[in-house]
Order: sequence, then C-alpha cells, then structure tokens
Amino acid sequence: MIVEIGHFALALALGLSVLQTAVPVWGARSGDWVLMGVAGPAALGVFVLVAIAFGTLVAAHVGSDFSVLNVVENSHTAKPLIFKITGVWGNHEGSMLLWVLILALFGALVAAAPGSVPARLRVQALAVQGSITLTFLVFILFASNPFTRMEPAPPEGQDLNPILQDFGLAVHPPLLYLGYVGFSMTFAFAMAALIEGRVDAVWARAVRPWALVAWCFLTLGIAMGSYWAYYELGWGGFWFWDPVENASLMPWLAGTALLHSIVVMEKREALRVWTILLAILTFSLSLLGTFLVRSGVLTSVHAFAVDPARGVFILAILCLFIGGSLAVFAWRAPVLRQGGLFAPISREGALVLNNLLLASACGTVLLGTLYPLALEALTGAKISVGAPYYDLTFLPLALPLLVALPVGQALAWKRGDLLAAGQRVLVAFGLALAVGLATLAVTSRGPVLAPVAVGIGVFLVLAAAGEIVGRSWARGRPLSVALRRAAGLPRSAWGSALAHAGLGISVLGLAAQAWSTETITTIRQGEAVRAGPYEVVLLGTGPKPGPNYTEQAATFSVRRDGGVVGRLEAGKRFYPARGMSTSEAGLLTVGLGQVYLSLGETGEGGAIGLRAYYKPLVLLIWLGAVVMAAGGAMSLTDRRLRVGAPRRARAEPIAVPAE
Amino acid sequence: MLIWILLALMTGAAVMTVLWPLSGRRPVLADGRDDVRFYEDQIAEIARDEARGLMAPLDAESARAEAGRRLIRARAASAPAQAATGEPALRRRRAAAAFALSVVPLVGLAVYGALGSPHLAIAPEGVATPAAEAKASLPAALAKIEAHLAREPGDVRGWEIVAPIYLRLGRAEDAARAYETAIQVGGEDAERLTGLGEAQALGSGGVVTAPAAESFRRALALDEGSPKARFYLALASEQDGDIAKARAAYEALLRSALAGAPWLPLVRGRLDQLAAREEAPGSGSAGASALSAGAQVAPEILAMVRGLDERLAAAGGSEADWSRLVRSYAVLGQPERALEKLAQARAALASDAGARERLERLGRELGLPAGAVARSGP
Repeated sequence: MIVEIGHFALALALGLSVLQTAVPVWGARSGDWVLMGVAGPAALGVFVLVAIAFGTLVAAHVGSDFSVLNVVENSHTAKPLIFKITGVWGNHEGSMLLWVLILALFGALVAAAPGSVPARLRVQALAVQGSITLTFLVFILFASNPFTRMEPAPPEGQDLNPILQDFGLAVHPPLLYLGYVGFSMTFAFAMAALIEGRVDAVWARAVRPWALVAWCFLTLGIAMGSYWAYYELGWGGFWFWDPVENASLMPWLAGTALLHSIVVMEKREALRVWTILLAILTFSLSLLGTFLVRSGVLTSVHAFAVDPARGVFILAILCLFIGGSLAVFAWRAPVLRQGGLFAPISREGALVLNNLLLASACGTVLLGTLYPLALEALTGAKISVGAPYYDLTFLPLALPLLVALPVGQALAWKRGDLLAAGQRVLVAFGLALAVGLATLAVTSRGPVLAPVAVGIGVFLVLAAAGEIVGRSWARGRPLSVALRRAAGLPRSAWGSALAHAGLGISVLGLAAQAWSTETITTIRQGEAVRAGPYEVVLLGTGPKPGPNYTEQAATFSVRRDGGVVGRLEAGKRFYPARGMSTSEAGLLTVGLGQVYLSLGETGEGGAIGLRAYYKPLVLLIWLGAVVMAAGGAMSLTDRRLRVGAPRRARAEPIAVPAE
Repeated sequence: MLIWILLALMTGAAVMTVLWPLSGRRPVLADGRDDVRFYEDQIAEIARDEARGLMAPLDAESARAEAGRRLIRARAASAPAQAATGEPALRRRRAAAAFALSVVPLVGLAVYGALGSPHLAIAPEGVATPAAEAKASLPAALAKIEAHLAREPGDVRGWEIVAPIYLRLGRAEDAARAYETAIQVGGEDAERLTGLGEAQALGSGGVVTAPAAESFRRALALDEGSPKARFYLALASEQDGDIAKARAAYEALLRSALAGAPWLPLVRGRLDQLAAREEAPGSGSAGASALSAGAQVAPEILAMVRGLDERLAAAGGSEADWSRLVRSYAVLGQPERALEKLAQARAALASDAGARERLERLGRELGLPAGAVARSGP
C-alpha cells in the first residue's frame, strides 16, 4: 500500500508543478501579486510530495518488497542494509527520482527564504524551475517509473550490481546531483532575468549562493567519484577521461567560470550578458551529462537504438531546455542594459581571461566526449578519445589559467597595473620556481611537465597565502595587529584564498603521480614485490565469507628498510546472485602517499596475479578538492554585500588591494 | 478502502497549498523596494569597510559615488506596487482557483489511474501475510544452507536439499553444480542423476542435450522404472525428430504408470501434440532438432525460456546466458525471436569483441541469416 501512496504522490506532484509553472507566469503578466504568491507554496508542496514518493521507494527497498519491479531488479534480501538504501539511487529509475527530489528541494529552499531574493525574480525563477520539475516528472512517470509493480512477486531479487555495492555509491551520486541540479537554480534565475529584462548586482547577489552551493557539491561529488573509481575499479587510476567523468567535469568548468563572472557582476555590474549565457550553458551541460549517463548512449549507440524510448525522451528534454533557453536568450539579451566598463588589464579583465580559458577547456572536453558518439552514429566506427587527446588540448589551456590566477587576483578593479600585480606575487613565484628546480634536481625520471606542475601547485598555494598576508600585514606593523586584521578580513576573502590553495594542493597531488610506480607480477606465499620504497610480502590467502558474496582475500605485510610499516588486505569477491566478481583493492596510507594492491587471477600452484602500485602524495588530489569545497562553503557563509572599489584613472601611491 | 481515503486526503492537501495563497489574505508583497534597499545597504557596507580599514578612503569614495548613481536610478525606476483589486482581479483569482481545483486532482488521478496498481494496495492483509512469510523464509533458508555448505562441502544431504530449490528458482548452473557435488561426494544414484539431467536440460534452454541424455541413461541403468528419466529420454527422441521412438516411449510410460500419477497429464499432452504434428507434417521439417512454434514444447520449458528472456531484458546477463537464450529460441522454432535476441545480445555485449565474434558464429551455426543480424544497427 505504501508504494501506491508514493506513486500517487508523484502523480499529484506532476499536477501541482503544472500550477507552479502556469499560475505565477499568469500573475506576473497581469501584475497580480496574489497569483504570483502561488509559486512559493506550490514549490513547497511539490517538494513534500516528491519526498513522500522517494521515501516510499526507500521503504520498499529496505523492506525488500519484491512486488516492485525496481526492487526486484536491484535488491536482494541478503544485501546489507546500507546498500539496500543506496540501491535506491543505484539504478536508472531511482536515480532520476533522486534528481527530481533535489530539484524540488532547491525550489523549496528558494520558496522558504523569501527575504534573500527580489520578489518578482523569485516568482519567475520558481515558475521556470516548476517547468523543469514538470518535464522530469513526466519523464519519470511515463518512461522510467520506479513504482512499476510485479505480479506475482518473485521470491528473491536480482541483487545490485556488485561494483555499486560500496560506500562510495552512498555518497557520490547524491553529491553529484546536488551539484548538477543546483545549477538548475542559477538557470532558473537567468531565465527569470531574461523574462524580466533586468540583470544587475541585485540579481547577482541573489544567484551567488546557489551557484556556490552547486559548485561546492559538484566539486565534492567529482572528487568522491574519482576516489571511488580509484579504489573500486582496481586499476590504480583516478581519472580516465571517461565520458561519464567528462559529463561531470564540463558543468564544473562552466560552473567555475559562472561563479567568477557572478562576482564581477555583483561587484562591478559588468559582464551581464555573458553571465546569463554561462548560467544557461552550465545547466545545459548538467542536462547533457544526465542525458549521456542515463540514456545508455555511452555503452553503445546501438544500445540506445535498441531501447529508444528513454533516450529519445531525454534527448527531447535536452533540446527543449537548451534550445528554448538559448532562443529566449537570443530574443531578450539585447534588451539588457550595458554593463560597467573596465580596462583590459584589471581584475575584470583577468576574470574574463579566466572565463575564456575555462570555457575553451570545457569546449575541448565537450568535443572529446561527443565526437566518438557522433562518429559511431554516422559511420559505425568505434573509437575512444583518451588521455593523449586531453594532454594536448586540455592541459595547454589549464596551465596558463593556473599561472595567471595569482596575478589576476592581485590586479585592482576597473584599472589594474600588471607590473604592481607582478611584484605582489613575486615572492610566491620565486619560492615556487625554487621548489620546481629543486624537484627537477632531486628526481631522475618522470615527464618534464611534472616539476613544472609541482612549481605551479606551490605557486598557487603560496600566492593564496600571500593574498591573505598582503591584506593584513604591512612592513612595520606589529604581528598582533596583523593577526587581528587577518581575522577581520571578510570570510569571502578567506574562502577564495582557501579555494585557490585547494586547487594548488590538487595540482601538487596530480604532479606527484609522475613518480608513482606500477609492478604487475605473480606472487606466491612468502614472496616479496617492490612498490616504490616499500616491499610487499604475501603472508597468505584464505576465504572470507560476506553477507551476499564470498571473498578470497590475500593478506600482505608492507615493509620498508626491514621494518614493518603495516598490513593490508586485498581480495576478489564473487556475488552469486548476479554471477559477477569484483576486485577489492588493498590500500595502505603512509603519510599522504598510498601503497595500492589489486589481485588478479589465481594461477597454477597458488601463484596470484598482483598489481602493486606506489602512489606518492596521492591523497593531495582529493584533499585539495575538499579544501576547495571548504573555501566555497566559507564564502557562502559571508552574506555581506560585495563592493568592488573602482581604481581611478590617476595613479594611486598606496597599493591597497581591493576586494 | 483505506487507500482511497488516504489518496483523497493527499489530493485535498495538495489543492489547499495553492488555494490558501489564492485566498489573498496575506499582505501583498511590494516590488521595486528591493533594489533601493540593496543599494542603500551597499552604501552602508562601504562605510563599514572603510571604518574597518578594509577599503582605502579614496576607493571608498569612488565606490560610494558609483553605488549612489545606481541608487538614484533604482529610486527613479521603483513605482509603488499597485495592489491589483477590483472586479477583474477577483474574477482572475476565481479562475485561478478553479484551475487549481481541477488540474491537481485531474492530473493526479488520471496519471495514477493509468499507471498505478491500486488493487495491489487493497488486497486484504490476512491473505498477503502467509505468502510474504514464505517469500521471506525461502531465501533465508537457502542462504543458511549455502553458508553451511560453504563450511562443510561434504554434506550430501545439504546438496540434495539445495539442488531442487535452485532448479525451482531457475538457477540451472547452481542446480547442476549442486547435483554434481552430491554425486561426487555421495556416489551415483538415480535421483541425483535425473536431477543432474534436468538441470543440464534447463541450462540449455530446455533441450535434452547429449550430456543430459547421458545422465538420464545412467539413472535408468540404476533404476529402470524412473519415470522422470524415461520421460526426458522420450523428449530427447522427440527433439531429435524420431517421432516413432518418442511415441513408443511415451506410450510405454503411460502403460507402466500407476493410476493417478501426477505426471500423467503431461505425458498425454505430449502424445496429443505428437499426433497433431503428424497431421500437419510441414511444420516438422525445419531441422532435426527444431521444434515447431511452441506447440509441442512442454509448458515448463517455455516458461523457463521466457523467464530467462525476462531476466536478461530486465537486468542483462553474461554471454553464456545470452547465447543460451538465442539457442533456445532457435531450437523452439522461433527464428525471428532468436534473431531479435541475437541483436540484443550484440548490443548488450558490444564492449566485448570476443563475445561478439562468438555470437556471430552462434548465429551462423543456428542458420540465422547473417544479413538480418547486421541490420540490427541503428
């Protein structure tokens, strides 16, 4: 019965989202505030109804209700409770429901915080958001309904894909969806601004928190997904330029650009049209990501053709929103008032450069992701675009961006002085250069780019620290005063310094992978394998039963210079319900580096295939992402008004950084 | 009944979320004031920044001048919001209320009526419970025995208990493995051998293959009377196209049967179908092992194939599963279905070049037209 209530709640939510879209628009056109006032309560109502639907689906999964097809296909009575819950979004139907739940949640948040957003803007944005909810509810109900029943109910379910039975799945998709869908809010505000015909600092201030929230979650989601792929797939890699990964990277790149252009807009009322366009593009890329992952077009263009109902439906949604919003943009953008002016060399100019580089980088990823699909659809040839392509296209755009970042941040608003800015980052640059050269001298192998990247990472971290120091300390000022000034700096300044330092930390971690080692060998009990500075000895193997799998586990001891550093265990699991095996990598963290072991096939005479990796400083990659998200969160807590003081045309003797 | 009351209450609550704001008793929001307030706040913020030393006095002055210009523009633009009143506004609100009152229940009920299964919610609790209990206890019991066997693989009784359960759940490979283990540990007997044969036949989509027939023959050698082994051997003759031999075997089976044996209708059904097939000889010529159009196939075999089909369609499966399904349809004399499944298998296993090649070979082996296979692309 509870399942039927959820199903009905979803149908009701569809009806209510029709009202959320139609009535406020009607009210706005006729200037009737009572009609416009429907938007908020309707958005809250839709959220409650979708939450009921989602809750009943979770209940069905937890209670192993095999009269629900979705549960049969993705659950098993012997599955541990946590995976019964995460299994809800470990499949197409459930994950689409989670998508809409988060969409409705953002709508409800906007509706529940009326003070932060100008009233007309809020109403229009909720109406646009309602139309997105409406479309996706139609898609869920008619093309991927998670509440389809099975009669008679089978005695047992088919279990969840074993690769997905992992804690990573509990966290990764919700984070990623919070990011993807969070950009629906900036999209809705952009559309509302176009409809209203006004974009200004008030708009930017209303939109910034949503862009920040979405960006933080997307950052964490991507990092989590990368770490999950790293330890679950057993290949020792953390980024494969796989279309699924690219699908999340593209909105991140566009969203990062959007975040920066919103700052320009809030402080200086410049880049209006461009910011609106970016908001549209970012959400379009989120939709594209959903389409790529959900339509099955990636496994094979042919799989898409075999079951076209879903894919065509999502493609139609994609065309509707991207095409529709760009059409509205083309029609209304000329109406917008011109933005503030600024000299090419200025903070605004630097942020335009940031936007251009990020957008081009995003473009190269888009090309690399879609080209193989287009080629396969047209000629049937299957190619894969991998790391070599991105090394040649993405890196040349990303590296200048990283080098230019600290310089740009040192420029003043409206009119900047490149030389003065250069001087302000000179110390950081010098130190970074020294570290880079030292790395080059100490290490013997690895690509040339690696020491350069190490230098860039150090440069970013030091420049971010320098930004804070420069604003709170001056020659001759006592330390206590400087500390007080530093503590008194706006949290948004701390936030941006943290986020930029986080980027530097990630770059350091990535660069250090040039010195990781990989050994592929077979090993018997008592034998040893080298992994970087460590020696790994196989102690023994044995069975290890699990709740819904059997595992063959191998125990290793890790030594360095004769002393034991630690023990680790790697295994191969077999899940009988699906007849599938997974490999469980063994990880031993020493400092920030890791020893990574992955088991292969067991050969004759008990010899086990083994991949042994040593990954120096590998944790920095994800740690950096966490620091970046923390920076975003810190900036989010700062609700002060942002003012960018323009630099006057005449030269100023004191170089006080403008915020 | 309870479900309809609950659904009605939910509908009412959903409608109320919209009707309540339309009742218009709340203060009307004013627009335009937001902008003025924003720039006033901004000027105050500049003063605070200046006081805290975050902004140099000269910078603050120019920032203030800019914000001041925008404030003036916002003041000029902000007209006092007019509260829409009077007859047209009232009529508009009534129309909106009517719209809300009709859209939410109509969309909700129409969509749910088309897609939902309210009858499943109405089933009386008392009837549902025992079935649910049995449902919950079978997998639990199975898991218990499996765990026990993992610890003590030498327990013949355990394998004998678990094997028929696998067979009933359609897990052919597990059933075959369980019977094989029981035979290895406890030696051959007729029951284990017929079980093994059944599992092997199930595993090849209901076709009594050579290994399965061998199992049944060995069972017969141990127990001449085993009706199950005799039935499957007769079925093997039938599948090989040796109708006369099959008929003789079925008839012998009927003669030797005790009155009221549960499998009697099954054997009679086979004989009826053989007779029907002889009257329409054209259909039997498709190939030595092909059964025509499902008519002569035992219903449980069809159910097994359909079950496999549904499982693969719903959840995908290994290459072995797919090729078994394709083979089954080919053997059942449904080449179109076999072709269709072959295309789906190619799509499902597209990433595995080796598997695709083996599927092509399977298609050729079964005499499925190659051109039709290639056509399955987009």
